[in-house]
Formats: sequence, C-alpha cells, structure tokens
Amino acid sequence: MATKQTQSAARLLAAPSIGLLLLWMIVPLALTIYDSTLNYTLQGNPVHKFIGWTNYYYFITDPAFLTSIWNTLVLVGSVLVISVVGGTGMALLLDQPIFGQGVARVMAISPFFIMATVAALVWKNLFMQPVFGLFAWIAHLFGVPPIDWFTNDPMIAVIIIVAWQWLPFATLILLTALQSLDLEQKDAAQMDGAPPLSYFWYLVLPHLARPATVVILIETIFLLGIFAEIFVTTGGGPGLATTNLTFLVFRSALRDFDVGGAAAGGIIAVVLANVVSIFLTRLVGKNLEG
Amino acid sequence: MARKATTSRRLLMTFLAYAFALMLFFPILWMVITSFKSEADAIALPPKFLFFHWTLANYIDVQARNNYWRFAFNSVTLSFGSTVLGLLVGIPAAYAFAFAPTKNTKQILLWMLSTKMMPAVGVLVPIYLLLLQFHLLDTFTGLIIILFLSNLPIMIWMLYTYFKEIPHEILEASRMDGASRWKEIVYVLSPMAVPGIASTVLLNIILSWNETFWSLNVTNIHAAPLTAFIASYSSPEGLFWAKLSAASTLAVAPIVLLGWFSQRQLVRGLTFGAVK
Amino acid sequence: MGKINLLGVRKTFAEVVVIPSVDLEIPDGSFVVFVGPSGCGKSTLLRLIAGLEDLSAGHVLIDNQDVTDFAPAQRGLSMVFQSYALYPHMSVASNIGFGLKMAGVPKAEIDKKVAYAANMLNLTEYLTRRPGQLSGGQRQRVAIGRAIVREPKAFLFDEPLSNLDAALRVQMRLEITRLHQSLKTTMIYVTHDQVEAMTMADMIVVLNRGNIEQAGAPMELYESPKNLFVAKFIGSPTMNIIEGERAQKYGAPTIGIRPEHIKISRETGDWPVRVSIVERLGSDTFLYVEAEGMGQLTVRAEGDLGAKPGDQLFLTPDIGRLHRFNPKGEAIRT
Repeated sequence: MATKQTQSAARLLAAPSIGLLLLWMIVPLALTIYDSTLNYTLQGNPVHKFIGWTNYYYFITDPAFLTSIWNTLVLVGSVLVISVVGGTGMALLLDQPIFGQGVARVMAISPFFIMATVAALVWKNLFMQPVFGLFAWIAHLFGVPPIDWFTNDPMIAVIIIVAWQWLPFATLILLTALQSLDLEQKDAAQMDGAPPLSYFWYLVLPHLARPATVVILIETIFLLGIFAEIFVTTGGGPGLATTNLTFLVFRSALRDFDVGGAAAGGIIAVVLANVVSIFLTRLVGKNLEG
Repeated sequence: MARKATTSRRLLMTFLAYAFALMLFFPILWMVITSFKSEADAIALPPKFLFFHWTLANYIDVQARNNYWRFAFNSVTLSFGSTVLGLLVGIPAAYAFAFAPTKNTKQILLWMLSTKMMPAVGVLVPIYLLLLQFHLLDTFTGLIIILFLSNLPIMIWMLYTYFKEIPHEILEASRMDGASRWKEIVYVLSPMAVPGIASTVLLNIILSWNETFWSLNVTNIHAAPLTAFIASYSSPEGLFWAKLSAASTLAVAPIVLLGWFSQRQLVRGLTFGAVK
Repeated sequence: MGKINLLGVRKTFAEVVVIPSVDLEIPDGSFVVFVGPSGCGKSTLLRLIAGLEDLSAGHVLIDNQDVTDFAPAQRGLSMVFQSYALYPHMSVASNIGFGLKMAGVPKAEIDKKVAYAANMLNLTEYLTRRPGQLSGGQRQRVAIGRAIVREPKAFLFDEPLSNLDAALRVQMRLEITRLHQSLKTTMIYVTHDQVEAMTMADMIVVLNRGNIEQAGAPMELYESPKNLFVAKFIGSPTMNIIEGERAQKYGAPTIGIRPEHIKISRETGDWPVRVSIVERLGSDTFLYVEAEGMGQLTVRAEGDLGAKPGDQLFLTPDIGRLHRFNPKGEAIRT
C-alpha cells in the first residue's frame, strides 16, 4: 500500500543497486562467454581464433569435469549436513540454562571470524600434519597409527576444515531463532504435559525449519565457491581427489594458462550454480513468505 | 516462568556446552599458544601446552619480514571502503523493497542473491583484464569496487529483512511532517534501524576482511590486505609453525576482537528474516 | 480555514473495491467522526484525505483547492496515528518539532511553538525524554502535540484511543474535545467505537463496505437512523430488532426499539418475558431477557430493579420511539 509518488521514488532508490548488480553480472559474463569461444592461451600464439564450442567440448569430456562436479557435491553436501546438524546441537546446548553462557557462545562462534587461509594453514600444519600434528600425537596416545590426512583422506580433511568454519554460523542463526521461541508456548507445552522430547520434536524443530533454510541458502552461496582452503592445503590433489569445479576452472586458467578453456568451464560453473540457485531460492522464497 | 532446572542438570549442561564450545575454539587457542613458542617447542612431542618458554620472537620476526601494519591498514581501508559504499547504495534499495514493495520485489531480491552464486573464478580473467585496462589492478579502488559489489546482495537482503520490521506508520508520520524521501531515510529510518545497520556493517566487514580469492588475484603490493600477508606463509615456510602461528594470529586478531566485542549487535540483525 | 470536500472518491486495491464512490462535505471547524465496523473503509478514506494513498477516481478538495495530486505534506494536514508513530530515537521535543524542522522553520521559533504545545498538553516536564519512557497517555499527547505545532488546516485522527485503557480513553476523549473547542480547527476522527463517535462529533459519518450509510449530527442518527445498519450501529447497548409476526403488529416487517425506550413492569405489559442475565452498572441495570417469539431482548432499567434470573417481567415499548423498517432495511418515515 503506497502512493504512486512512493512507488516512483522507490524505483529511483532501488535503481542504482539493480543497475550496478546487473552490470556486475552481465559485463563479466558476456566477456567470459566471448572468451570461451576462442582459442586463447597465455602461452603460444597471440592470435585468438574463434573455435565455437570446442572449449566446451574439451572441458566437459575431460574426465576431471565429472570428478570435480562430484567433489563439489560431496563437499557442499557434507558441510551443510555437519554444520546444520552440529549447529542445531550447539545452539540447543547454548540455549540451556548454563553458567557463563556468554563465554561459551563467544568461543563457539569464533571460528566464523577466521579467514579461510589461516584456518586451512593452522589445520593443515598444527593438527593434521602426520608426524608433529596434534592429531598424530592423539592417535599415538591411543596406540593407533596416525592418519596421513592429505594423502589418504584428503576430502575428509578439507570437509573438516570447511565445516569448522561454517558450523559457528549455523549455531549463531539457530541460537537466535531458539531464543525467539515463544516462552508462553513452552509453558503451554508444559501445562499440556508434553515430555521434553515431544516438545522438541513438535515445537522446537518446526520453529527451526525457517532459519535452517536460510543457513542452507547462505552457506551454499559461499560453499559452491570454496577455493582458498583447497588451494592452501591440497592444491586439488592428490590427483583430482579434492578438485572441485571452482578449482578445476582455476587450474585451467592459471596453471594451464588456457583462458578459453577456463572461460568455458566458468560458464558451465555459472550455469550449474544458477540451477542450484533457482532450486534454493524457490525453497527459501517459499519459506520467507510474508 | 521458564522450566525449572535442577543444579545438577545445569552443571551437566554447562559442562557439555563448554566441552563442545572449547572443541570449536581450540584450534584458535592452539594457534595463539603456538605463536609464543620457539620453533623447537612448536613441534615438540609430546606437545607442550602451557609449560614452555614463552617468547615474542616470532612476532618480531614476522614484523621484520613483512610490515604487518601496512597490510592491516590495507585490510581496514578495504573493509570500511566497501562497507560505506554498500550502505550508500544498499540502504535506499532496501528502503524501497521494504516500504514500497511491488509484485516483483521478491523476485528482484532473489535475483540479487543469485548473482552472489556466480563463481568468482569463472569471471576472473575478464575482470582481471578490465581492471588492467582501467589501471585499477593493485589499487584500493579496484578491490573496493569488487568487494562492494560482491557483498551488496547480502547487505541489501539483511537491511531489507530488518527494515521490514519497522512500522510503516512511523514513516508515514514523517511524510505527513513534510520529510522528503531522503530526509525520511536519513532522519527517521536509519536512526531507528541502527541495530540492523550495525549488524549489516559488521558482517560486511567480516566478509570483506576475510575475502581471499579476489584480494589474492587482483592485488600485489600496494593494496594487498592481510589475506595476502598470510598467503606468503602457505609454503614452504609453513614448516615454521611458530612463525606461521604468529602471522596467523596477527592476521585474524583485529577481526576476531571486533567480532567478540560486537557479537550482540552482530546477532541482532543476522537472521536474514529467519526469525519472526 | 479547513473545509474538505470529497467528490466521487473511489479506491480499489487491485481487484478489490474498498470505496465505491463517496461524496462528502466536511465544513470548516467541524468535528467529523468516521465510524463503522472494521473493514468498512473508514481508515482508507482518512488516508486518502491525508494523501497516504492514491485515489482510484474522484477528487479531494481542501478549501476549494483540488489537492488530489498533492503529496501528504503539501496538503497542510496533520495526522495522529493509531500506534502514535512517534520517532523512538528522538526526544519528545524533537518529535513535536520534527515537522517544523522539515519545513525549515528557524530553531528559536520551533522551540517557542514546541513549548507552547507542550504547555497546552501538560508535557513540559517530559520534553527531554524519549517516547519509550512515557506512558500510553503521554505518548498520545506527544502525537497530538506533533500535530498541533504545524497549525494544520485539519487534524486527522486514526483510531487514536484504541491502544489506551478504558479510564485513559475517557480522559483523552475529553482532552481532544477540549482541544477542538479551543483551536476550532477541523478534525476528522476515525473510530470503530460508537461511544466515541456520539460523544465527540458534530457530525457522524457511518460507513459500511465503503459506502456512507448516513451522515448527520449524533442525535439525528440516534433518533432517526436511516436504515437498520445505522440503527444497530449507533446506541449502546444495541437497539432491539424484532421481525416477523410480532413486528407486523406494529405495522412493519421489522421494527426496532432501544433498550432505554421500554417500560418494565412486574405485573402487566405487552410482552411477557423471562430474565436470563442481569448486569448492574449502579446507575442503570441492563436486563437480558427471553421473549417468546422475539428471541433475546435488552432492556435498561434505572437504578436497581431487584430482578433475578428466571423472574417473569412484562415489557411495553414506547410506541412513539419505535423504529419501523421496510423489507430492504430502510427506515419508514411517517
């Protein structure tokens, strides 16, 4: 409900952001599409010949492509599950009447403030290094051979690092949601004689559905583009074990100097990201009605 | 009246909460502790938790190798620059979406968010070449524009969800009082939305501060922030754990402290409309 | 000056017609109350006058000037909102003076006018406080103060008392009436409470589904409602409506009689009834009675009648104050 004057003023006020984001989307996209049709490498001849779909053909038929898609799905999916489930647990714990809640909360959300490169370096060296790392020492205490994370379980290692960074974010949002839970509802449930478990199941969980979808949306946005953690720890390897789509494109561009091929990969990544985004925004849009 | 908690139950819950919170916090704590060790103590087996010779030598070494303050200053400049731009463009947009919604508003907001899903690596080369062409490589302007645009959708979304909770009547009252749109936003909406704007600013600073991909790829010396500072330790000096830890601690300290001191404000707006 | 004319005012939201077409003249200096059930379009009509909504058709004239396309602030009107809509981050003084500040009035003059309004509304000692530190009644007065200082051509009130408790409501009602008497500025007041309408208005406009059912002086509406809707809406407790055979005896398909226009007797009368509920207010007693063939009726008795539930009574309507309605619900005038 607003007047025409308000509507036209609103259009004027929204215009800069819409215009800028449109430019931010279209200009690089158009240039990338253009590059993706060229035989364009940073080594060799400087003439960029038009070659049509060839770059796409090579990118998609490269066995690395399917592997990288699979790796992306595994990485995003695992981190989402760990952070949402773990975040719910952590939020529920912090929502209990505990002593010194503030300190516990500050500790639990701190990893969210840590930059990806630092997180990756600290985990890679201080914890996962197979001889001097803390994990190796713990394994030694229990008399089991230490895990050589980045040789034997590189993907699990990457997942642990990324999940460590994002679990606090889920905790933060879910905790805020829990604290907004209607206290009268809690009392009513108690009056109705609902045991704690069914109170949790029928009242708390449905209340968390909405914030959980938001967590999933925001995290997915960032997780699809995970780069630094892989770059610092495994460099996509061993072999292709931790190469996600982002890293594959990066490798084509900056390791193989194949700008055309990287552009084709970039466009494919954009298309796939948009498929995911359409699916996700539907989900969230429905959840955020009203 | 909340559920009555017996003391034993409360103690159990406190223990559990602290156990898990400490698990999450431990890597940071371990990093800080290691930064005060000698390189030999850092890789000692069994690990030395508290009883070792504490030293500041690593910090001195790190500072001698790279001027920390310069990188820190760059990080501050980039974070604040992109945040201020974001507010200037984002607040009017969020105002429009929240108080004069049309049937397309939701679509536009979701579209904005979807631009955030575009993998940066896919458009790295053309952006790099564009920056090169406009002489913006390794400049504050170039990176500020990139950070501003890539975080703008999130800022608008956060501001929008916060503005939506402000009663329309108050803005109508200011309209009756003769405030122009701009004055309405400056004098009435923004002061009322301070908590929401504060948490938007905080999140944006955190995201800008920690942004790695663009800052590594489009800066070199002049505008390089702390993410670049730490990247130089990725290999092979990564073997020097104490120095690595000192550099890491320096890189994250400002933003972690900011996050701690402002966590209450951060949380208030950080719901993205998820909490009714 | 503050004469307001509505000419063929129409408002639709998408497909929904909220106000089909309203014509109304609001004389300068009058106190006009728009009253009606929720969803009748009374608030929308007020917002159309304020300029907070666009008209779908028709014109709004203030002092014979067509202001249909004017922005709210250009119309020279002030509005008091249901939620008060105070600026929570500003002091009481800044709240009251905000409109003047926006109009570029010099600071000294703003201070003078704010002080004057604050004095008039007993707010002087609260000028430095924030709205959050005030009681409901005080907030209400700040909202009124904000409206006063702009010296508007007319005041618009949108259900201003509905968030107050009963005692304060009566007090603020008096204050607004007193304000009108001293300022003599046109006031348009929206409420769903017919008591507010009756007690405050020079002219009541009864709205139903976006149409004006009747407009006139309070006693005119009370004594000769044009139709069943107005008859039932004005007056408290509600007029008794009797249909069918019993009504036909009085020469109409539907008749109405107010609770206060019925004589009560223990011995004899036209309608034998049985008491079901007794409500004692002290000065009056309301009896809710079951009458054969007429359903439940409400009767007012002065003082305490000493009636108990189950008692048998006899009622006799005052024929001279009986309202007769035709099958369409319109009043039959004799």
